[in-house]
Amino acid sequence: MPDFGYLQLPKAGDAKRPDPGVMAAATHDLAYGLVRVIDDQGAAVGAWDPKLDAETLRRGLRVMLLTRIFDDRMFKAQRQGKTPFYMKCTGEEAVAVAQGLVLNRDDMCFASYRQQGLLIARDWPIFDLMCQIYSNSDDRLKGRQLPVLYSVREAGFFSLSGNLGTQFPQAVGWAMASAYKRDTKIAAAWIGEGASAEGDFHHALTFAAVYHAPVILNLVNNQWAISSSQDVAGGEETTFASRAIGFGIPGIRVDGNDFLAVHAVTSWAAERARTNRGPTLIEHFTYRAAPHSTSDDPGRYRPGDEHKYWPLGDPILRLKAHLEHIGEWDEKRHIALTAEIEAHVDAANRKAQQLGVHGGGPYHDSSTMFEDVYKDMPWHLREQQAELKRFTAGKAKP
Amino acid sequence: MTAMNMVQALNSAMDVMLDRDSNVLIFGEDVGFFGGVFRVTDGLQRRYGEQRVFDAPIAEGGQIAVAIGMGAYGLRPVVECQFADYIYPAFDQLVSEAARLRYRSAGEFNAPITVRAPYGGGIFGGQTHSQSPEGLFTHVCGLKTVIPSNPYDAKGLLISAIEDDDPVLFFEPKRLYAGPFDGHYEKPVETWAKHAAGEVPIGHYSIPLGKAAVVRAGEALTILAYGTMVHVALAATVATGVDAEILDLRTLMPIDIEAITMSVEKTGRCLIVHEATRTSGYGAELSALVQERCFYHLEAPILRVTGWDTPYPREFEWEYFPGPLRVAEAISKIMAG
Ligand SMILES: Cc1ncc(C[n+]2csc(CCOP(=O)(O)OP(=O)(O)O)c2C)c(N)n1
Repeated sequence: MPDFGYLQLPKAGDAKRPDPGVMAAATHDLAYGLVRVIDDQGAAVGAWDPKLDAETLRRGLRVMLLTRIFDDRMFKAQRQGKTPFYMKCTGEEAVAVAQGLVLNRDDMCFASYRQQGLLIARDWPIFDLMCQIYSNSDDRLKGRQLPVLYSVREAGFFSLSGNLGTQFPQAVGWAMASAYKRDTKIAAAWIGEGASAEGDFHHALTFAAVYHAPVILNLVNNQWAISSSQDVAGGEETTFASRAIGFGIPGIRVDGNDFLAVHAVTSWAAERARTNRGPTLIEHFTYRAAPHSTSDDPGRYRPGDEHKYWPLGDPILRLKAHLEHIGEWDEKRHIALTAEIEAHVDAANRKAQQLGVHGGGPYHDSSTMFEDVYKDMPWHLREQQAELKRFTAGKAKP
Repeated sequence: MTAMNMVQALNSAMDVMLDRDSNVLIFGEDVGFFGGVFRVTDGLQRRYGEQRVFDAPIAEGGQIAVAIGMGAYGLRPVVECQFADYIYPAFDQLVSEAARLRYRSAGEFNAPITVRAPYGGGIFGGQTHSQSPEGLFTHVCGLKTVIPSNPYDAKGLLISAIEDDDPVLFFEPKRLYAGPFDGHYEKPVETWAKHAAGEVPIGHYSIPLGKAAVVRAGEALTILAYGTMVHVALAATVATGVDAEILDLRTLMPIDIEAITMSVEKTGRCLIVHEATRTSGYGAELSALVQERCFYHLEAPILRVTGWDTPYPREFEWEYFPGPLRVAEAISKIMAG
């Protein structure tokens, strides 16, 4: 049985909640501690309790459940050969879902590949995500991107790169632009603890601090970067949140499996950003229960059932326990909700597969690959496009 | 019209754009209060304020990343990279991010950024202040690459670059900042004052990207050049007395293929000159294009005169620099062929 005894976990409700205008140096306890709200009995306790109404809580539960069931369905689709690749966020749903519910829809999110929950929280149709995953004829990215590297401008979701870390400082630039234009939109960015070793992470913190950018910088510490534990990224002797203080940015470490705690800390950071009091670094302390991707076999580097022993539990079960604790939910409703979501996901999946899947199509016309390299297609791309078309005329593939 | 050197012309381009478009921001190392180590942004912060013209931390990767985010928001940032030699920390942001943002988002986002960088040799800057890395960027689909050879073009092209909706790398031959340089380092330094292209309009004008200029019409041979080498090619032409046609390419990506083929089909001979190192350099691309399109018009092999395939050696500036003697020899060789 995996031993997580080395983790020193403060009790729910212990953390103090300072004013959002706090100086970085005064966030020492937050950066080295852990903000937790839901206690072992399912009660919400302490100064960070966001005091959400039951409807918001049930919405959070629904979106997390939808995210998980969607993930499982897409994972299965990969195993069936309908898509070459997929990545789940199982065990980490509270991070993106709670944050997606806090942020405004026009705040720009510079996510990593594990924040599909942002789009789902913003009610972006999973059907559309499936079309991207299948690279089919309705894929808004025209078959150009690896599955899950979405781009949805109208849902405030910045185009995902695939190069780790690069988007972290881009979010700072977006936030600087927003501040320059004096609008109230803020930016948020996500990076894994593994990728936080990249220079981009440090660039983001430097620029965010120097220019006082209205941005929320999120570091999702899910313990694993493929097969490398968080120690390899430098997490053994300190916390990732504590890195912020040296840059002059408040750092907060939050129980990433506690929907209420993530919600509360994100609201706090959003208030800071929106009232021009600067950036925040949030370390979400969680556990990657899923394999890294469909190409990964975690049994080769960690016990297969390790996630079951994660002392901070499962985010869905914990929010469910809280809702039950306050008398706003029960097992019967949960079973009904699960069935309803499963039916919804299956229906969307059927509809998406009808529009094509990997390996069979239909896809966008392959000649569209020459579009959008530049705003206007230069002569050499027009020539190459015409050449490809000669080869593909009347055929599905060259 | 007023007399400007290249520094003043570039400064004027940014001045015009800052004045016209509140979405234009300028930043980089020492560009704000100080006005840049080459003075190209001199006075702009005083005129437009610290919100629009400002100093950046010494992190080129961070600067370009932030510019991409700003561009995606809707601004038009202009970043000064203090030397082209220091652009490599930003290579990932340029190649993987700026160049591909429009493509990977199927047009949802774009990065209308301009990256200015003093470039090239001739100033005894050694291997870390003399490089010509254009070939690394022309190889990247999604980036545009521009290299002016005189003040008039520099201003018009920089305005076009800032107004362009795609990311543009704008390399400024630093040896040309104060005056034209034809490679005759032993002669007194010239200024732009006596040069026609040193007369520059004060207000807004633009020179379209992707258009070459014929700087000398001729019948005997086509010389493809850009940046400092345009002036070297002219000097070599005068020295040899050969009636060469010299094309200043100005934009390397997208390249003005029509101007090139028209000229080579007329002359039947082609010499390519650049200061950058030779192997896999931009000249190789030019040579391939000419060969593919003009082979049956060619009367002699295409030749290249370039920097040697070594780092820029500090003490051997003029042995390294592809000067007029080497260009003249290549001209003679092609004419004999
Ligand atoms: C610059 C770069 N290097 C390496 C990779 C390959 N890679 C993809 S995901 C990954 C692990 C990332 O781990 P982490 O940042 O902790 O995020 P997580 O997958 O745990 O969410 C690696 C090494 C990449 N995509 N980009």
